[in-house]
Amino acid sequence: MRLPCPICGERDRREFYYAGHAVALERPGEGAGAKAWDDYVHNRENPCGETRDLWFHESGCGAWLVVTRDTASHAVLSAVLAEEAAR
Amino acid sequence: MGELTAQSPMDGMMPTRIGGVALREVDLGALTLVMPYRGADDALSGALEAGHGLRWPDAGRMTGTTERGVMWFGRTQALLIGVEPGEGLSVHAALVDQSDAWAAVEIEGDRAAEALARLTPVDLRTGVFGVGHTARTEVAHMAASLTRTGEATFLLMVFRAFSRTLVHELGTALEGVAVRAAR
Ligand SMILES: [Zn+2]
Repeated sequence: MRLPCPICGERDRREFYYAGHAVALERPGEGAGAKAWDDYVHNRENPCGETRDLWFHESGCGAWLVVTRDTASHAVLSAVLAEEAAR
Repeated sequence: MGELTAQSPMDGMMPTRIGGVALREVDLGALTLVMPYRGADDALSGALEAGHGLRWPDAGRMTGTTERGVMWFGRTQALLIGVEPGEGLSVHAALVDQSDAWAAVEIEGDRAAEALARLTPVDLRTGVFGVGHTARTEVAHMAASLTRTGEATFLLMVFRAFSRTLVHELGTALEGVAVRAAR
């Protein structure tokens, strides 16, 4: 598996640390209820198909990425910097 | 206090040649990690050019030489090599002296890339990783910086504490490649 880091180009999976679904970028707003926080902290989908994950280019440039990939076909569809995706 | 003698990270541990590939520990001199403040990229680049005549590198590239240059070193980071940073830089960037933190070795020979390919996942073919290209990656599971400084020459850097491991891993890879070639 190779991930297309927007900074480094296509790089081997070994250089990356996987950090789960990109829902972590969607922090609940002020006053959000316990349900929203429960979902944000604990609950994750387990999709068969397209998913967006956070990956850390740990041994490479040190950027956090949002990678879109397909869990059924294993195709890696795209990667963007998390700092841009979170804007 | 007695006379203190500086010791290089590899201090004679690295063989000078294995299977036709030359190895040379390199003293890079002053090493400063330069991290521009948010929005200060252009100002820093200007200060670097005005103060030192060096250009800020694009991602994955190096400007100048390994004796006096700037090596891309990660997202919004570069390593200033062989130059004491002038006053003008600290206005625009955080500077960290890392002069004694890295062990550096130059690896030169036709089979250098083949041996390195056993240790790192980076695609080292010249069409992808040409002269002046640099990467942060892992080499034998160690955090590393790898730069192609010539057609068949690489500069490899790891944390100083990993010097002995690097000597061992490079030796094993080079010997393996040499044995295979001799068959
Ligand atoms: Zn990267």
